[in-house]
Amino acid sequence: MSQPLVELRHVDRSFKQGRVMIPVLQDINLTVAPNEILCLVGESGCGKTTTGKIIVGLLSQSAGDVLYQGRPVGEFRGKERSAYRRALQIVHQDPFASLNSAHTIGQILSYPLKRHKMVHSRAELRRRIWELLTLVDLTPPGDVVNKFPHQLSGGQRQRVSIARALTVEPKLIVADEAVSMVDVSIRVSLLKMMHRLRDQLNLAIVFITHDLALAKYFAWEGRIGVMYLGRMVELGPTPDVIVNPAHPYTRALISAIPEADPELTRRKERMILRSEDIPSLTEIPAGCAFHPRCPFFVPGLCDSRVPPLADAEGFRHQVACLPLTQGDALREYGDAFREEQS
Amino acid sequence: MSENKVVLSVRDLSVHYLTQRGALKAVSHASFDLHKGETLALMGESGCGKSTLNLALMRLLPGNARVPNGAIVYTRRDGSTIDVLKMNQDRLRRFRWSECAMVFQAALNSLNPVLRVRDMFYDTARAHGETNHHKVRRRALELFRKVRLDPERVFNAYPHELSGGMRQRVLIALGLLLDPQIVILDEPTTAVDILTQRTIIDVLLSIKDELNFSIIFISHDLSVAAEMADTVGTMYAGEIVELGPVNDMFYRPRHAYTLGLLEAIPRLSAGAEELTSIPGSPPDLVEPPSGCKFHIRCPFATDICAKETPPMEVVGDGHSAACWHADQVYARALQFTGAES
Repeated sequence: MSQPLVELRHVDRSFKQGRVMIPVLQDINLTVAPNEILCLVGESGCGKTTTGKIIVGLLSQSAGDVLYQGRPVGEFRGKERSAYRRALQIVHQDPFASLNSAHTIGQILSYPLKRHKMVHSRAELRRRIWELLTLVDLTPPGDVVNKFPHQLSGGQRQRVSIARALTVEPKLIVADEAVSMVDVSIRVSLLKMMHRLRDQLNLAIVFITHDLALAKYFAWEGRIGVMYLGRMVELGPTPDVIVNPAHPYTRALISAIPEADPELTRRKERMILRSEDIPSLTEIPAGCAFHPRCPFFVPGLCDSRVPPLADAEGFRHQVACLPLTQGDALREYGDAFREEQS
Repeated sequence: MSENKVVLSVRDLSVHYLTQRGALKAVSHASFDLHKGETLALMGESGCGKSTLNLALMRLLPGNARVPNGAIVYTRRDGSTIDVLKMNQDRLRRFRWSECAMVFQAALNSLNPVLRVRDMFYDTARAHGETNHHKVRRRALELFRKVRLDPERVFNAYPHELSGGMRQRVLIALGLLLDPQIVILDEPTTAVDILTQRTIIDVLLSIKDELNFSIIFISHDLSVAAEMADTVGTMYAGEIVELGPVNDMFYRPRHAYTLGLLEAIPRLSAGAEELTSIPGSPPDLVEPPSGCKFHIRCPFATDICAKETPPMEVVGDGHSAACWHADQVYARALQFTGAES
């Protein structure tokens, strides 16, 4: 395998709230390869956005290592640091808030180009802006370049956001809920464009979403990571995770999602959780954080040790669930689990 | 489940907003019937008029809105009918909540942060003439049990002590306090997490079966409509362009826009799939396009679509659509749904 672009090793992150520290991320291990698509999914508060921000270097980790092309990011100085910062870009969720409403689209795109000396003359600047707008299908560019953000639709604004991220020729883009504020009818065209940009510009994309169906569509050729209360609970190739989910939490999510098919969605079997409430981050349950809600909870095991993300028998991807990963002693249990699943 | 009694009959309803550029035709000539115990879902893009239509049903429209034509005929429990648009203020006040309740989106903003949940229940009841706290409390606790909330705890809690999903369920219970015949839900599961959404859907389905009220709900999420609705209406540019039983709408759509929406959403169970988005963006409603308002974005459009407005035609049992090329849409829909299974 080629060297990963970004690697997180045992990354923790906590935020201080008053006098208490809130552990938002715990022991995240993750690699993003060049040109890869990785989706992070999970419910609000699970740490997916924080992970995204740590990947691009907008937040620092509280513990653990973040490596860029094999080197700890703290090492970079001067030109190297600037190249590292340029290589990783983020597209935010809300295209109404992330573009300065007082500046035209042309201005918005020109600042990073000038700041990072990506262009050397006015003619080149103009040519590059034209090129970027064409790249994100805002054509003809002449119609858009002098407009202000409020004159564009949500979808068009999100395209501008993506074009802005592309100004500095990044190697990786983190798209944080980048299409969740865009209408259903237009979403697909944005996702397709991101696929095309990935191929054309050799980008890696980390796509953060709470919508599993969307993640499935976008990352079918990539990987999905499922997060719960600050930990990665399942990570693997998208088709495996969606079709053959291992972790009870992932299975609960998949069984809970309504489908746009009336007969299917009414027939679908639902997994009943032991509790409906998500524990607060200040009181994360001991052991597996999901154990108070998990219908497959094994007393004495799940509530005593934190399950590491590991290979599980019968699955081609990694899962953080002790009964599934611990083999012999619990094989019987695991078999019953899988039987029930199929 | 749904008897044939119509509780709300909307006929040819239009709503215009007065703007500096002229009248913005937010809803044009909407007609539908809502039966007892029926769940009607309205789906469409943002700005298609679905929220305006629902506000109009409750007469909660902002000051710059006008209703140039239409009728909203409500049938009371005793069988007498009344036009909501012609009610005087006093009647209207009683109609709201005790006959027709509305549950808004964003549950945090709809609950008063300085009042305990119980006070909101008492206030609501008092405003409608029920001053006996014991009675209100009994009813509230019963409703809380039905929406799967811990009754005692929630009744005495402040909104900030509750999670988003719990607040949404408190609002549902509050909406049902006066035993209305109709409940209007505005994006009931938007901005909540997957497992919370599941709880809310399950709660709504079970409590509706028990209390037998009718639901109108707006959602841009087609999958929630697929699961909850008996009848689905597609709105585009202020018009209801297709209306029919949920299975017909999802498996046998006759309007190009409905099909477009169905082809644009990813399905979890479908494996690798090819999706198509609808090109362009919704039209300007101050100067709407001629003919079928969808023709500019429609892959089926021909000359007639730009010239003449398609009439709403019956295409099946309880299923009608306003599309010149309904047959072609139908043929392609069969291909699309057939290819899936």
